[in-house]
Amino acid sequence: MGKARGRHRGGREGLATTFVWSAAVLVTATFCWLLGDILWHGLSHLSWTFLTAPPRNAGREGGIGPILVSTALILGVCLGVAVPLGVGTAVLLAEFTTDASLFGRLTRRSLDVLSGVPSIVFGLFGNVFFCKTLGLGFSILSGGLTLACMVLPILIRSTEEGFRAVPAGYRLSAAALGLSRTTTLFHLLLPAAVPGLLVGLVLGVGRAIAETAALIFTSGYVDRMPESLLDSGRSLSIHIFDLSMNVSGGDTNAYASALVLVVVLLAINRTASWLAEHWLHRRIVTV
Amino acid sequence: MSPSTPTPGTQPWVPLEERPACCEPRPFIEVEQLSLHYGQTPAFHDVTLSINKGCITALVGPSGCGKTSFLTSLNRLTDLIAGCRLSGRIRLDGLDVLAQHSDVIGLRRRVGMIFQKPNPFPLSIRKNLEFPLREHGLRDRERIAINIETGLRDVGLWDEVKNRLDSPALALSGGQQQRLCMARALVLSPEVLLMDEPCSALDPLSSGVVEDLIVGLRGRYTVLIVTHNLAQARRIADYAAVFWVQNGAGQLIEAGTAKQIFEEPREPLTAAYVSGMRG
Amino acid sequence: MTSSTNNTLSRWPTDRLLLWLLRGAAAIAGAIVLLIVAFLVMEALPVLRHVGVARFFTDPSWHPAEGFYNLTPMLWGTMFAMVGSVLIATPLGILSAVFCHYYAPPAIARPYRRLIELLAGIPSVVYGFWGLVVLVPLIGAIHPPGPSLLAGIVILSIMILPTIALMADASLANVPPQYLRGAAALGLPRWATLRGIVFPAAKSGLFTGVILETGRAVGETMAILMVCGNVVQTPHSLFDPMRTLTANIALEMAYALGDHRAALFVSGLVLVGMIAALVAAADWISHGRIYG
Repeated sequence: MGKARGRHRGGREGLATTFVWSAAVLVTATFCWLLGDILWHGLSHLSWTFLTAPPRNAGREGGIGPILVSTALILGVCLGVAVPLGVGTAVLLAEFTTDASLFGRLTRRSLDVLSGVPSIVFGLFGNVFFCKTLGLGFSILSGGLTLACMVLPILIRSTEEGFRAVPAGYRLSAAALGLSRTTTLFHLLLPAAVPGLLVGLVLGVGRAIAETAALIFTSGYVDRMPESLLDSGRSLSIHIFDLSMNVSGGDTNAYASALVLVVVLLAINRTASWLAEHWLHRRIVTV
Repeated sequence: MSPSTPTPGTQPWVPLEERPACCEPRPFIEVEQLSLHYGQTPAFHDVTLSINKGCITALVGPSGCGKTSFLTSLNRLTDLIAGCRLSGRIRLDGLDVLAQHSDVIGLRRRVGMIFQKPNPFPLSIRKNLEFPLREHGLRDRERIAINIETGLRDVGLWDEVKNRLDSPALALSGGQQQRLCMARALVLSPEVLLMDEPCSALDPLSSGVVEDLIVGLRGRYTVLIVTHNLAQARRIADYAAVFWVQNGAGQLIEAGTAKQIFEEPREPLTAAYVSGMRG
Repeated sequence: MTSSTNNTLSRWPTDRLLLWLLRGAAAIAGAIVLLIVAFLVMEALPVLRHVGVARFFTDPSWHPAEGFYNLTPMLWGTMFAMVGSVLIATPLGILSAVFCHYYAPPAIARPYRRLIELLAGIPSVVYGFWGLVVLVPLIGAIHPPGPSLLAGIVILSIMILPTIALMADASLANVPPQYLRGAAALGLPRWATLRGIVFPAAKSGLFTGVILETGRAVGETMAILMVCGNVVQTPHSLFDPMRTLTANIALEMAYALGDHRAALFVSGLVLVGMIAALVAAADWISHGRIYG
């Protein structure tokens, strides 16, 4: 095993190092190009007026005020439905089913499948089920309900993790004290599992806001200020899509809208990461 | 590597006074004023020790007095830990180990290490031995096969695994895994073997087998073994070095032949420790 | 995990109520996937009955106005885009994770990881927008028209890279440190350790990452729609504009009626089928080989 082998080995190691660093540089450069471009073109058109004024001239001018409101409403409907359903399911899976229970396994499996369904298929489903069958038409309600279906698996998974992180000691002490499971749940476990829930919530919100394909056929394209949940309203992501694809000259406002969307999402993702790191981690460690 | 190694588990125990001199006391590793700091915390301070070639040296002392840190600094495994600082001098066969540009990979080929908890790679038994051989330059398939067989025979595993060399190493028992790790270190033909409590994670039977193996290495390898088990040290060591915590850091309080340390210790702390009264 | 035995609950009526409420919630959540499949099938059935399954692959083209429902150009589009993007994103993603764990100094590794997490959070419509406004003209300058399979592959690669990179990152973090110490003690250099020990140890996580990113590539709609040109044709070169199954649905759903609309639901089912096949293939490949 001589020195010549050593040189060979050194060559291979050097090549590997070059490839690894090149990959990192390529990825960083692409990202900077992309974000830089959005920042550069979008920043100049961003202003308070932009954020509050209604769009004019098919969106080429004006702002995104009503669109932000629609987005918020769609989000609200989505979370309003997904959170109770999701937390309930997560609680059931984490606290009231064993690993062997058929119901538990089936539910988990169907949620796994649900999380793999492409967003456009959700759009199809939402269109048929919420808009047509339930008669809600193109509306914020339809859009929000469709998004709730999409977001459910993420929420459930994260909340379940939150419950699993609660030490078994809590439940045993509560049982030893003769507390009902309802009391144990609401007063002990739920507060302790809140970090997991929040992480799931934030992740779900992020997913929902970024969604476009599921909303095109469910909440529609209308860019006026919505008056009720049954009104059609476009979300920010749809606005960007419309401006870039269907409206000539809409690029400037599309850039600005894209910047707003990216900033909001980045903030949301950072919050989720931070929560996961600090809250979930701390809970596990200190107890 | 001689093919005529006695099978493990059959070594008769020889009392200290009757042991042949394993070597002319020729220092192979010379450590001068070695200190190790993890960040601000000192692990051990100012250790000066000579390790003789071909002999088994036991590093003993209570927990937390820097024995393992000392051991891992000899093959510069401490380089892997962030914030670790080594000062002083280590010479291996005359070569300065701590020099800036010294060949660490070459060093680790000459100095093998066995860890407390057996850590075979998540590969087959054959690959566990073949991989380090290939990486250090041996490409000839036949030579590799011979080295693998010799290595496994040396640790007494050959008969147990010769029919399943391609099965996962992690499926072996704890004792077998540790012997595999020894074989893995031995196939590279090192000159020094560093062992960090190699038997502490094993059941008594496997422990005895591994211990016999270690004794069989005497003469061919220079062995440093960290052990908490004073009885074990008495059984197998030719030389011993006693560590203790003083002034907040590990210190070497006494070193000498095993006979001297266990029967005629000079330092009162050593005497107290080896008689079981302290530590 | 506790099990609900009758003993614990019978004393507290609220507990029973709670259990039934929770079961209701879980049943709804679990039923959604069934609902989706059911409605898709319901809507697709009319055209399947009129037209039959075979014609979805054998008709001369996709031209619903004239009663032609051949999905194959779109299927090829989806396949090419998926294969191309996975081939690019997987090595880049895995190398990125390797970079973070083994090659980058800590001061660079942390921001780099943040960067990848940030990339994961950018919505597809923004990727599509950037592709449309920057990438497509660039490609058009090299080889008109611009909107093309190539643009789709590039954008898709950028989009799925964070998925594989973050999964790889997590798998590498889970490799037991004693392997690394053992390798170092044997004097094994960095890349050799990675190749021979770390990758085999991390392979189940890496495999899962590849499956996830492939699923994402198949299901992506908006970005592909915005940069691929949306011409119904089987792409014969990287620079040909094309359309994927997903983009097809998104584009035509707005005005499709009757059999046309039902045909789009059929393509929705095909998509779900593709994802299911992907997961099944993953299960089959990994069984025994990777997890066993």
